[in-house]
Amino acid sequence: MSEMTYRDAINLALKEEMRHDPSVVVWGEDVALYEGSFKVTRGLLAEFGEERVKDTPISENTIIGVAVGAAMGGVRPVAELMTVNFALLAMDQIVNHMTKIHYMFGGQAVVPMTIRMPGGGGSQLGAQHSQSLETFFMHCPGMRVLYPSTPADAKGLLKSAIRDNNPVIFLEHELLYNSKGEVPADPEYLVPIGKAEVKRPGEQVTIVAYARMTVLALQAAEELAGEGISCEVVDLRSLAPLDDDTILASVRKTGRAVVVEECWRTCGLGAEIASRIFENCFDVLLAPVRRVSGLDVPMPYSRKIEKICIPQKETIVQAVREVTSGGF
Amino acid sequence: METRLRMVLPDHELVRLYEQMFLSREFEEHCAEQYAKGNITGFLHLYSGQEAVAVGATAGLHKDDYILSAYREHAQAIVRGADPKRVMAELFGKATGLCKGKGGSMHLFDPALNFMGGYAIVGGQFPISVGLAFSSKYRNEDRITACFFGDGAVNQGTFHESLNWAQLWELPVLFICENNFYGIGTEVHRSSALASIHRRTCGYDIPSEKVDGMDVIAVYKAVKYAAEKVREIGRPLFIEATTYRFRGHSMSDPGKYRSAAEHELWKSRDPLPNYAKRLLDEGIATREALDAVEARCRASVEEAVAFAEESPWPEDSEVWEDIYV
Repeated sequence: MSEMTYRDAINLALKEEMRHDPSVVVWGEDVALYEGSFKVTRGLLAEFGEERVKDTPISENTIIGVAVGAAMGGVRPVAELMTVNFALLAMDQIVNHMTKIHYMFGGQAVVPMTIRMPGGGGSQLGAQHSQSLETFFMHCPGMRVLYPSTPADAKGLLKSAIRDNNPVIFLEHELLYNSKGEVPADPEYLVPIGKAEVKRPGEQVTIVAYARMTVLALQAAEELAGEGISCEVVDLRSLAPLDDDTILASVRKTGRAVVVEECWRTCGLGAEIASRIFENCFDVLLAPVRRVSGLDVPMPYSRKIEKICIPQKETIVQAVREVTSGGF
Repeated sequence: METRLRMVLPDHELVRLYEQMFLSREFEEHCAEQYAKGNITGFLHLYSGQEAVAVGATAGLHKDDYILSAYREHAQAIVRGADPKRVMAELFGKATGLCKGKGGSMHLFDPALNFMGGYAIVGGQFPISVGLAFSSKYRNEDRITACFFGDGAVNQGTFHESLNWAQLWELPVLFICENNFYGIGTEVHRSSALASIHRRTCGYDIPSEKVDGMDVIAVYKAVKYAAEKVREIGRPLFIEATTYRFRGHSMSDPGKYRSAAEHELWKSRDPLPNYAKRLLDEGIATREALDAVEARCRASVEEAVAFAEESPWPEDSEVWEDIYV
């Protein structure tokens, strides 16, 4: 174990996997010489050389398409898109190609590749650079979608992603890059895909969250404990596949659920999770499932109004108070 | 002056090119019949008229080379060696199809033949071809990637992104444009500011050549030369083969945007009878020998239809297979 940042944990996972498997290559815009616009790929070019660590043109759709072809040919690419917002330029290769090839060719082709993308809002980057698009990827069968909240999960999940023989979307929250935590030094430390984790056990209400929302949910749970409300925080880690077992077991125990999502509310992952809870746990629910969501607006720039568009600790606390109040 | 055929290939290989073109035509005409009967459904894009391109080009490649194409790709798969029975079964949506009935007409795939797929989003195969070429270079494999596409694909962003990328990373891709002059109903000069497609590669410093895509020998020679050159220099080259489809874009297209005179002109250049005449004129084959070849192709396609008809449908449980590895 050693303490390191989320950024360094991802960097370590990349280095370990490149040492572990010579078929792993990394490419993206400014990932090699410039070492990444968020410095996640620092030191990779120096250690692994320009055959394996490659700068690309600003051609997002082709960054992904070339990775798809390379993966079909026996390479294991980790492609970085500078931010998740730019994935919208690559949706043809992601949705029409990457996720279809294994299926439409009758299982005869495999596409073992990972797409890393920083995302999320809260840095005053404006409407085109602050989006949370995780639900877009979850909607489409044929790929895994991972979004860690801690440095340890970031390392273990990215390593699992690179070793997986399916296409994997690996999201990184821009505001978590400097967050710190204990990370296992073991180069075989893997976090399984498809497994949520109870980050804080509790009795009265389940808070389902992911990525930066988990950090806020844990802060909210701590505050609520002072009011005598015991919250269990389930950190999804894998958005696709969703770990129904862990989510539903927790709600069966607590009887209440608040789902926190950074993405837009309409058709967001909160709606999906709330629906699964209603379908499977209706008999034990003591209150309707509540969603705490990003507002259904393009992100404004000004920090005063940007803040109200993104779930905050206070909005989570308020939602938990409502589902645990006597009204229900 | 036309090249004398014996200067190019031995007699049996020259006859084999005819057999492959005839098999392709026969297969497509049977597809039209089976579509009319309702045995083939969905989209169906036929290759009749363009046979010289697939046959000439495939003959110019190595067996290890990757081939990718768009959605008018039955002939490319069959010429490469795909079993006509399993291709027809795929079109029927049967479990014995090349892709278990899950791909259909537009998504044929046969990894044993390095036939890496038919793609139905226009221009989708460009970056995938570049990626496969990267894998070959990275793994030190002696193979190039041949990327087939139509004239309609050259205005997609992926065309330009991929030409740039292949040259920038020095990857062995042979781009082969099958210019049949129409993207569905839009003639090439109505969609491209520079309608001479092979000249568009200058922005990426990729040498290119235009070839008569109705002449199987001309296509073979051009692709053979270019493929060996790509192998040698490890960089992309580009061929534009001008050709014509005798049918509409798909089965739902009556093709009214093309004049009868234009159609007749291209029909007079039909690669099958013209090449058969050359084989006869130069004494490569007798009429009887070609008759036997044609009979063999007809029998093969009839056998394919029977096989597809008799084959079982996929099990319902198949829908959940192959989403994940």
